[in-house]
Amino acid sequence: MSEPLIYDMSVAGRTGALLPALDVPESPLPKELLRDTLDLPEVSELQVMRHFVRLSHLNHSIDTGFYPLGSCTMKYNPKINEDAARLPGFAQLHPRTDDEGAQGALALMYQLQTWLAEISGFQAVSLAPAAGAQGEFAGILMIRKYHQDRGDTKRTKILVPNSAHGTNPATVSMAGFEAVELPSDKNGDVDLAALRAACDDTIAGMMITVPSTLGLFEGHILDVIKAVHDCGGLMYMDGANMNALMGAVKPGELGFDVMHYNLHKTFSTPHGGGGPGSGPVGVNDRLKPFLPGPVVEIVDDGSDEEPPLYGMKIPEKSIGRLKAFYGNFGMHVRAYTYIGIHGDSGIKDITRHAVLNANYIRVKLRDTYKVPYDRICAHEFVLEGHFEGVENVHALDISKRLMDYGIHPPTNYFPLIVPEALMIEPTETEDKATIDEFIDVMKKIAAEAKADPDLLRTAPHTAPVKRLDEVRAAKQLVLCCRPVPEWAAGD
Amino acid sequence: MGNTTPADLKYTKNDEWVRLEGGTATIGITDYAQEQLNDIVYVELPDVGAKFPKGESFGVVESVKAASDVYTPVGGTISAVNSGLEDQPELINTDPYGEGWLVKFTVDNADVSDLLDADAYAAYCESR
Repeated sequence: MSEPLIYDMSVAGRTGALLPALDVPESPLPKELLRDTLDLPEVSELQVMRHFVRLSHLNHSIDTGFYPLGSCTMKYNPKINEDAARLPGFAQLHPRTDDEGAQGALALMYQLQTWLAEISGFQAVSLAPAAGAQGEFAGILMIRKYHQDRGDTKRTKILVPNSAHGTNPATVSMAGFEAVELPSDKNGDVDLAALRAACDDTIAGMMITVPSTLGLFEGHILDVIKAVHDCGGLMYMDGANMNALMGAVKPGELGFDVMHYNLHKTFSTPHGGGGPGSGPVGVNDRLKPFLPGPVVEIVDDGSDEEPPLYGMKIPEKSIGRLKAFYGNFGMHVRAYTYIGIHGDSGIKDITRHAVLNANYIRVKLRDTYKVPYDRICAHEFVLEGHFEGVENVHALDISKRLMDYGIHPPTNYFPLIVPEALMIEPTETEDKATIDEFIDVMKKIAAEAKADPDLLRTAPHTAPVKRLDEVRAAKQLVLCCRPVPEWAAGD
Repeated sequence: MGNTTPADLKYTKNDEWVRLEGGTATIGITDYAQEQLNDIVYVELPDVGAKFPKGESFGVVESVKAASDVYTPVGGTISAVNSGLEDQPELINTDPYGEGWLVKFTVDNADVSDLLDADAYAAYCESR
């Protein structure tokens, strides 16, 4: 790569900031608090600017190219979201402002709670969780507190299908439960017989990702919900794949007790390094008292002349706060804007186009790649990245070769139940021309795999860095040439 | 695919193998498992003296592709762990049934008749 490390640009004594002359007597810091080993680059503001802008040009982003990263919903984020989030009344609102001075922000949060509840068919929503994983954690803590509140302490297990998001079993462990893995049947649905056999009075609930990480809508979801409810467990829906449901299916009406939303997936708030995320939770009446706080409520209905008065409340049996203040408010503004500009029919269109795009690619590629669960999929689907008669070409090689064509690789090697998995999620924001181009590239790569497999094994060829040594990266944690600071050197 | 399944070992459907000698069981993961996982970069093993009931997860094998729990096919107490894997986890890739063993158990019950023999395990791998 042509861009050097910022450390290698360092020139002793150079600085990027001019401090004003001291106008108070100098008061030196205590000697024991000073260190001379802090290794920082000495560079000008212009050097810093050029360095990071050049690095940013090497990135792939949704604003520069197709990004079919399954399970992550890398859709285009409309820039009007950013305009709204930058309005000074939102952007400069101090988190310590009292309710009276923050009525506009509280009204927005209240409306977003209401919209999210309506979209999912739930009775109440808390915007507090800071990201999807925290939303999951909050949901399972609510289930735990619900059982405790009834004096039922023998429920120590949560069921998790093997087609769930990887975070689901982690959440279960974090919340102090034991995860019990359920197998999938040959259609990719939950194995109902295994589920029924596992259901007893030690089950606190079940976490299920709908549609699953196979991109499949659970064929007998009502039977699954009934089996768990019948043994006294509650149903948690991982809503990360809500981009395949909203406007079409309401989880609350299916019988789920709690779910989380990923505003940074479904509702087009920034994703990945551009976050932060936001993972609100929705619940039915049974779990409403346990919601994490604070939740925005109308404290005075107002009148014809006076608008309603909004306030913050911690629900009566709340699992408590998950972070300081009120969730990631900037994300609430963006999601509110997104839902607002789409409206009822627009929300439904998002789902329809996301599902159509995924199915179009699945059908166009099914003769070139093995599609292990070849049935109508949701917003994403999984294919196998290897070919009969071609040794040693793997999903990883196909992924790397896609980079040469300017396309971000799909999620690979997940879900674990599909060998050489490539999970493809085009999202609704791509047009037919882009999707056709992707299909052509995938076919071209399949032909290359047979004619010239080394071309794939050594890819990428056009990226700023060539094939990385993943084994060395995982084993040798000291990355480069800088001396290891004392605090990181270990024993 | 050139997988080998030594005839003197017993196997699980989770792709662990066990070698029973007297009251001691040596446990590792199979050639099929290491090939599926690809390059193994880290292994997390329990302390000597730790007790595990049959079927419980006793460690984690992490590769560039995935992190997988390893489950014990026998109940018992850990009597030895393969400390060589700390610096050379790739031994599991190069010699899964030898240098790449994970742990030894002093078993509570030496009955492994419910496990698969080599032929049954090979057939199971073939069917996947």
